[in-house]
Amino acid sequence: MMEALHDVLAPFGPQAAHVRELWLLTLAVCTVVFAAVLAALLFALLRAPRANAQSPPGLSDLGRPEPGKRRSVIAAVAASTLLLLALIAASIFTDRALARLSTEGALRLEVTAHQWWWEVRYVEPNVADSFITANEIHVPTGRPVIVTLKADDVIHSFWVPSLAGKKDLLPGRTTTMNFRADRDGVYRGQCAEFCGSQHALMAFFVVADPPERYAAWAAAQRRTASEPTESQPMRGREIFMRSSCAMCHAIDGTTAQAVRGPNLTHVASRGTLAAGALANTPEDLKRWIADPQQIKPGTYMPATRLAPEEMDALVGYLQTLR
Amino acid sequence: MTATAASTARIAALALSSALALCACEREMRRFETPPDNRSSARPETPRTSTLQPAEARSDAVRMPAGNGEGYEGNAYNVAQGKRLYRWYNCGGCHAQGGGGMGPALIDDQWRYGSEPAQIFSTIMQGRPNGMPSFGGHLSEDQVWQLTAYVRSMSGQLRKDVAPGRADSLQANEPEAARDREPPRPGAK
Repeated sequence: MMEALHDVLAPFGPQAAHVRELWLLTLAVCTVVFAAVLAALLFALLRAPRANAQSPPGLSDLGRPEPGKRRSVIAAVAASTLLLLALIAASIFTDRALARLSTEGALRLEVTAHQWWWEVRYVEPNVADSFITANEIHVPTGRPVIVTLKADDVIHSFWVPSLAGKKDLLPGRTTTMNFRADRDGVYRGQCAEFCGSQHALMAFFVVADPPERYAAWAAAQRRTASEPTESQPMRGREIFMRSSCAMCHAIDGTTAQAVRGPNLTHVASRGTLAAGALANTPEDLKRWIADPQQIKPGTYMPATRLAPEEMDALVGYLQTLR
Repeated sequence: MTATAASTARIAALALSSALALCACEREMRRFETPPDNRSSARPETPRTSTLQPAEARSDAVRMPAGNGEGYEGNAYNVAQGKRLYRWYNCGGCHAQGGGGMGPALIDDQWRYGSEPAQIFSTIMQGRPNGMPSFGGHLSEDQVWQLTAYVRSMSGQLRKDVAPGRADSLQANEPEAARDREPPRPGAK
């Protein structure tokens, strides 16, 4: 499985840093208020009692509350109001700071959430340079990224805690989010809005690379699928095109052109399978193809029954898609 | 009321309530498991009646259906999955939203190749002359049964509490659950 950072308190980009500052301020204010309330409660509990079991109940206060109590209640309400207003102001300033990230020369991505995986389209000024991948986003460090967010079925939420805050993806609407990764590394993302049975296993990864490494990766992704040359992968390719695989998946450069499942043109170059549910190993790939319901109950991928040698050939072919 | 009559009544009530509970369960049950592999059981095969196929064509024969869609026709989840697959696999490309286009209508009472689930299953698996592709081997039997159940719901053949309600996406006609049953008549227009 891929080692990845997934921590709100360890930001590696300006957006996550702003969110962390707001969080720390909120934590500090709420801690102080909580402590003050507890102190007042303890003070009231531990104060020397002014009455014992025999003294008659004092009902004279009911008509006219004690001025001391009234003063402290007014002071507490005023302090709470002021602190809440301060938090609102801090929240507004954080929003402004997030919106002010410079997007000069930004990389443009379009992320479409599906039950239960992420489709990622790299939108280049030259249409021929655009390409599609799934569940793994590569970005160059130090360069801002504009992510256009869409949903295919229900509401999802895009969240990479180490790089940015959350943003919902809504069916029929388009939202955007900007972020920048300042340090290379692998950052884990997760759907943060309950979206059905496999919401918990709907992860993705943001891989931040130095610009030249990113450029090499993008160039490799733009290429169509490599043609198998050995007999076993060739047999696997035939199985792929003639069975249920080609009903949902696309492999650029072949007759498989369906867009219902993740694009598999470079599936072997990814670190995980099934939106982070499995490591990308031949064994796990076989398990996933043979019985996806065992791994992600409710997933829309159907089980594909193959004889062992057919399964070996199919997985052999998928391993060549680097 | 004697003791035996009372206990008989109690057993009858219990049986009735458990039967009702089972029916209710069956209607809304979501089985998130792969149906058992039935390739090992021998079943009669039949040749394909269409060369049109998605991606790359296969030449093998397709298996005749086992049963008549039991477990699919009465289960709302399976019918809803059928509705999703109808959109996914672009059935609307020819049949539109059931009103028909290049392909025949699916919401009327006309059934060229039969209205029984097993007949619809075979139509999808084998394909039909004049354009219906052959999906045998390209779709799992489970998915074909789901599609079959949904196709029957389009002309009101299923119970109203099983047929799909309002669609999540654009739908030009009333929800399947609100349609009156069109009694099937054999033959083509």
